[in-house]
Amino acid sequence: MIAPCGAEAQVVLPGALRAEQSKECMTTTSTTEPILSPSLLAFIQQWKDKPGNLIMVLHRVQQEYRYVPREVACKVAELLDVPLAKIYGVITFYHLFKLKKPGRHQIAVCMGTACYLKGGEDLIKEMETLIGAGVNTVSPDGEFSVEVVRCLGCCGLAPVLTIDGEVYGNLTKAQLPDVLAKYQGAPATPAEVNAQGVST
Amino acid sequence: MKNIKFEINGKAVTVKEGTTILKAAQKVNIKVPTLCFHPDLPAWAACGICVVKAEGSGKMLRACSTPVEEGMKILTHDPEIIQVRRTVIELILSTHPNDCLQCPRNLNCELQRLAAEFGVRELPFEQRLRNLPVDNTTGSIVLNPEKCVLCGRCAKVCQQMQNVWALEFIGRGEKTRIAPAADVSLGESPCIKCGQCSAHCPVGAIYEKDETREVFRALQNPDMHCVVQIAPAVRVAVGEAFGFEPGTLLTGKTYAALRQMGFKAIFDTNFGADLTIMEEASEFVERFARGHGELPLITSCCPAWVDYMEKFAPDMVPNFSSAKSPHEMVGVMAKTYYAKKMGLDPKKIFMVSIMPCTAKKYEVGRSKDMFSSGQQDVDISLTTRELARMIKSAGIDFANLPDDETCDSILGNYTGAGTIFGATGGVMEAALRTAYHMVTHKELEDVNFMAVRGLDGVKEATINIEGKEIRIAVAHWMCNIETVLDRVRAAKKANGEPAYHFIEVMACRGGCVGGGGQPYGADDEVRRKRAAGLYKDDRECGARCSHQNPQVQQIYTDFLGSPLSQQAHHYLHNKYQAKPLYRK
Repeated sequence: MIAPCGAEAQVVLPGALRAEQSKECMTTTSTTEPILSPSLLAFIQQWKDKPGNLIMVLHRVQQEYRYVPREVACKVAELLDVPLAKIYGVITFYHLFKLKKPGRHQIAVCMGTACYLKGGEDLIKEMETLIGAGVNTVSPDGEFSVEVVRCLGCCGLAPVLTIDGEVYGNLTKAQLPDVLAKYQGAPATPAEVNAQGVST
Repeated sequence: MKNIKFEINGKAVTVKEGTTILKAAQKVNIKVPTLCFHPDLPAWAACGICVVKAEGSGKMLRACSTPVEEGMKILTHDPEIIQVRRTVIELILSTHPNDCLQCPRNLNCELQRLAAEFGVRELPFEQRLRNLPVDNTTGSIVLNPEKCVLCGRCAKVCQQMQNVWALEFIGRGEKTRIAPAADVSLGESPCIKCGQCSAHCPVGAIYEKDETREVFRALQNPDMHCVVQIAPAVRVAVGEAFGFEPGTLLTGKTYAALRQMGFKAIFDTNFGADLTIMEEASEFVERFARGHGELPLITSCCPAWVDYMEKFAPDMVPNFSSAKSPHEMVGVMAKTYYAKKMGLDPKKIFMVSIMPCTAKKYEVGRSKDMFSSGQQDVDISLTTRELARMIKSAGIDFANLPDDETCDSILGNYTGAGTIFGATGGVMEAALRTAYHMVTHKELEDVNFMAVRGLDGVKEATINIEGKEIRIAVAHWMCNIETVLDRVRAAKKANGEPAYHFIEVMACRGGCVGGGGQPYGADDEVRRKRAAGLYKDDRECGARCSHQNPQVQQIYTDFLGSPLSQQAHHYLHNKYQAKPLYRK
């Protein structure tokens, strides 16, 4: 008796209809419809009918925007013909996916054992004073977002943090202002240019 | 299919291949406790309470999802298994608020029952409650994620049974919660208010919005003339809260309880169903025989289905019957026709509907058409569960009430066609009985349309009326509707013959008898029994076709003119519009 509803294939709506709804989903969010880059659209087309496509596409979205904007999630729901709830189930499950727009520069402070003992926590506190952003937040000027990581694999340099992937070791509180100044107001990354079509 | 021989607790058992340990144990009268499992849904082994041992296996197996194998030796109960189960319960309790006395599911909670059965006397683990806000934005159902045990039934029901996807697991680990996508509230989500989540939730995490106090307050107000109506499916289910078998027909006792509570007049939604059929069957004949309007005609008496259509299938608006649902018809007639006859001020009439449904709570304020008497036509809609609570708190000895209490005939008398509205296929059958008469001016010799009855998800049939073929489809349980609608769309696109002429849809499995507001514990067996109670009521009714209802004929003579008249359109019909899936 339950048979007709078990398979996932039967749970999705017809494509045309889903498209119709997503349009509504978009117009009622009082933001403009995102213009996906041709390469992103091509990527989605390429993966459209392959099993396991959702994660691949969401990775690609995150790569392009550095987070998954809601409007883009709606668009992906439409293009892949999946419910929006399913997308949110995935992007809230995996820590890698970000739901909020991150700062222009990513600071990752190591709190592995060595860095913790050598004063990683002091770095975080000092950072809060300097840029106004604590762990998992974005500085008010949108320049930096801060997150904690567990061991970057260079314990000899403890305490360590990375900014946009660049490693700063043996760091003291006193050195922080100079390090941060290198990034403050630095030119936007290519990913950011792409993301400008989307308001948050 | 192959038979499998194996042993449970030393007893030799033979079952069909593919049978789970849980089902096999039930066959030999062994109860393995469950929490996340529900017979409506495929097992997904989330909670771990149903663990059992198998000889030779190092780990415990989940009885709900493990099929038995040849020669297996299963042990369902020993001190170690019981301790593991108790630990699972204790762990769940460590994140569950300890306020059973104030909980809507008090004495009706599966977790509470398990804790009692396992003799949990202390909570060995530190309490770590999740401080999450209550979501009461739908006006029909309330989501209290703090009470959620993450069994997943609601999400599975919403996604797989109803194809709505309003609920999903959001987050992971100890931060996991059940919520709509994109941080919207339930009221802004695609939720259709069917309430199946609330009917399947084992605890007090999703439940109907309780409005019993407002009704008691109105009953106490000497300025208010309180009137009430009961839906077809209520009379065959309310008894379950008082120890009656599902399906026991308790119309008289329910009327008597409502009178004892202080209602000035008792109406019956079945009368409204007869009125709905007069309008809807006329609409069908207009479209089918006279070619005025689009085919297929699609029924509109289920408010969760109406909400689904407006959000998910707005292309079907022209196909929808504009007839209001039966209880809305009774509501507007109470505040116009009845008020006039009795010399009452409509503003002082307080209309309460007792429904098997949570979506009716939303429907009463759905659009301005629900105010066509000049007031809100139905003031409050209660579920069957709320009615049972009211009867208990009003100190009414329900089981010993008389069975022969009658309702107020003016908006109460009904035919067999009205009462079967509560089961899937019933609206179609009732409409066909009257449409036949309208087309042929003859009465049916056999009024039973067996092809539309029963629990198959989609029922299709071709009915012959005087040489003309009518293709019909009946769907219930929302996941079944898209296949039907796709056929309609394909035929529309091809510009050919419509796929069907008439379609009935009800959002809940089994129709209203399996409604989201019905007493807890419904499965297919219960749904069948409740439906059987309605078909029994139908057989025992003197008149079995809506057009034979003398009170319905009277109301057209006195007040409405004829079906589809201007007056009838003003009071008994309504409009639909496309709505966004997400309102934020």
